[in-house]
Amino acid sequence: MKAERLALLLVVVLTIGVPLAAVVARSNPDAIAVRAQMADDGGWTPGDLAVAMGQPLHLRLTSDDVVHSFAVGHSAIPAVDVLPGQWTTTTLMFDQPGKYTFYCTRWCGPNHWRMRGTIEVTGDVTNTTPIIPPLYVTLNLDLDAPHPSEVVPSERPSATRGAALGLKIDRAWEAAESPAQLWQQLRSDASTKNLSDDQVWDLVALAWRSNTTPERLAEGQQLYAQNCAACHGETGKGDGVIAPTLQKTPMSGMSMSGHETVAPIAFTDAKSMLGASDAILEGKIVRGGMGTGMPYWGPIFTAEQIQVVVEYLWTFQFDR
Amino acid sequence: MTPIEITRNPIIKATLRNRWPQFVIRVIALAGFVLAIVAGFVGTPVGNHNFGIVFVWIVWWALLMLILVPLAGRSWCAVCPIPMPGEWLQNGALLKPRGKGFGLNRKWPKRFRNIWMQNIAFTLLALFSAVVLTQPSVTGVVLLLFLIIALVTSLIFERRAFCRYLCPVGGFIGLYSQVAPVEVRVKDPAVCAVHSEKSCYTGSQDGYGCPWLVYPGTLTKNINCGLCMECLRTCTQDNVALNLRSFGADLKQSSGHKLDEAFKAFIMLGAALTYSAVMLGPWGELKSAAYSIGTAEWLVYAVTLLGLIYVILPGAFLIAVGVGRTLARVLNPPQGSRESLKKSFAAFATALIPLGLMAWIAFSLSFVFASLSYVWPVLSDPLGAGWNLFGTAGVAWQPYLMSIVPFLQAGVLIGGLGWACVVARRIAAEQQTGRVVTWEALPVMGFCFVVTAGLLGLLIG
Repeated sequence: MKAERLALLLVVVLTIGVPLAAVVARSNPDAIAVRAQMADDGGWTPGDLAVAMGQPLHLRLTSDDVVHSFAVGHSAIPAVDVLPGQWTTTTLMFDQPGKYTFYCTRWCGPNHWRMRGTIEVTGDVTNTTPIIPPLYVTLNLDLDAPHPSEVVPSERPSATRGAALGLKIDRAWEAAESPAQLWQQLRSDASTKNLSDDQVWDLVALAWRSNTTPERLAEGQQLYAQNCAACHGETGKGDGVIAPTLQKTPMSGMSMSGHETVAPIAFTDAKSMLGASDAILEGKIVRGGMGTGMPYWGPIFTAEQIQVVVEYLWTFQFDR
Repeated sequence: MTPIEITRNPIIKATLRNRWPQFVIRVIALAGFVLAIVAGFVGTPVGNHNFGIVFVWIVWWALLMLILVPLAGRSWCAVCPIPMPGEWLQNGALLKPRGKGFGLNRKWPKRFRNIWMQNIAFTLLALFSAVVLTQPSVTGVVLLLFLIIALVTSLIFERRAFCRYLCPVGGFIGLYSQVAPVEVRVKDPAVCAVHSEKSCYTGSQDGYGCPWLVYPGTLTKNINCGLCMECLRTCTQDNVALNLRSFGADLKQSSGHKLDEAFKAFIMLGAALTYSAVMLGPWGELKSAAYSIGTAEWLVYAVTLLGLIYVILPGAFLIAVGVGRTLARVLNPPQGSRESLKKSFAAFATALIPLGLMAWIAFSLSFVFASLSYVWPVLSDPLGAGWNLFGTAGVAWQPYLMSIVPFLQAGVLIGGLGWACVVARRIAAEQQTGRVVTWEALPVMGFCFVVTAGLLGLLIG
């Protein structure tokens, strides 16, 4: 009987005690566990977090499938990789109340961009800087209206060639104006009467490229590569790795279900790009493409970040 | 080689007769088994960071196929935790027999006293294996089902009916244990013949009657002996021994070839070929079909797998056996083969035992050494909860011995082919006399060659 009791003790300790201890020890009250899965399988869990302003938010992040990355929009907190089966810890602190969006920066799947969650930061507002609405709102632009360019250059416009013309033009770059509109105005200007159409396009390229700096373009390129190239392609041809999973041809009308997608636009397509203005491109990025699958980046990018992305997009049309 | 009785050594014998060493190992195994189930349900769904996947399908599998089965036959069955809860209820005790236990104690139905049920169970598992082997939750469900079915079987039927007739793993372990260089046998059958108590089968105060429903006095093959050592404990005549013997000694038996065991050999061979193609091959569509349970693609995969193991391989083998018999008859009239085609088929299938075992060893080598380094992080963090119990959670994945694995695989496969050919020729010699023995075995050897070439292509080429 003594042997039986010893055996029973061994059985209970090893076969019940060990697994039970493991399950109990799993919970870690010091940090919130956040699990990442591809959007189709649930995205972030939990998807909604809350913290008081000025208080640390300790997170333990892991992925249940592929490599993801955790970043918080409108913040300088660096993104952290979230690896399958491994835990990464990070601590967030917010100095302004509001609703922040956290998101995945890795191309984790066709619905990568849907991997978003929110962090509700409570507290009294200390920053009284007024919120400036995006240009498309103040200008009341219809972002969904077609805006094709009626004229397109026969070769890729070059700012260097434009500068070499040595022509001083009165017209400056304007956020609400499209390259096609500037071209039309320059073309009708007497000062360009001796120039070919393509040379006028070179002047337009000069105007657009003069509006940025190499540093801003580098920042825009980095943001584009991280967030846009999955669909629009590294070279802006609309041929990103996820593009094949999206529809091949754009739909004729707008879809309201929110699940349909259209083929990503090619920034190298002169007809559609040269008819757009900075304000339109900014608006599309902030709001997303309604019914197209194009995600909204307003809660993620700052206005400054969006502007550098827009400046970078023009490099697909205008050479240096 | 004359068997060497290792239980002559008093320390080995006393250790084997003592219940505690085996019991402790089994309880540790049971704890690991329960932890694997728990990890399946509450651990990380990432397979290579989950205890269930890593310790069951990599560590346990490596131990089983690379060490235990080839070297010690059914030794895993001797420490397997799955039947433990049922046995405890049956016996009413954890260690020694202690009065009446719990259960209906019925006899297993006669018509199912074969390994067909095990064949079917393994086939079912094989159909879903792509998911079972990679998804912790599915592994957890399967392990739990094993435990429940074993328990229920124990409550209805006598002894280890689950292990003997249902366990899909036990089926192939038994088949390949015939190759192993260990055996439990009686020293002198004459002693058993006059021993009226037959305590090895009926049990005594010192131990249980053979849990595997085997009478050791007539035991001639390893296939149904679970190496549990109960007969060593209960034999009052000191007539049971654990022997070391030559590899493949059971394959020399000239009788007792059964169709269910022959089909087990085809199932294992077909599964090795299929897994090699699905898990190691470059065919993405095949891989995704195997994973997409319930889809039309998976149905095609399932039908193909079933066709391969139940129709194509046995059919080709039957043709090979038939051609060999015809050759023997033409070349050596009037004798030819003395056995019926069915018996010849079952007998020649013995050649597939070393071939199949070596195929599984070669297949296992391909992923075991590549995946073994997953053990270190999982040891420190079995549920994928972010722990670092032993400081090994951060050990990065790295494949081991990959430069020599292909050579090992080639050696093992070619060795298996040679071994199969030797067995095939021996069987042909049992079937007939004369100079045409090799001719009768030749088509079977050809079959083995084609299978080996296929495996070499899939695993190495």
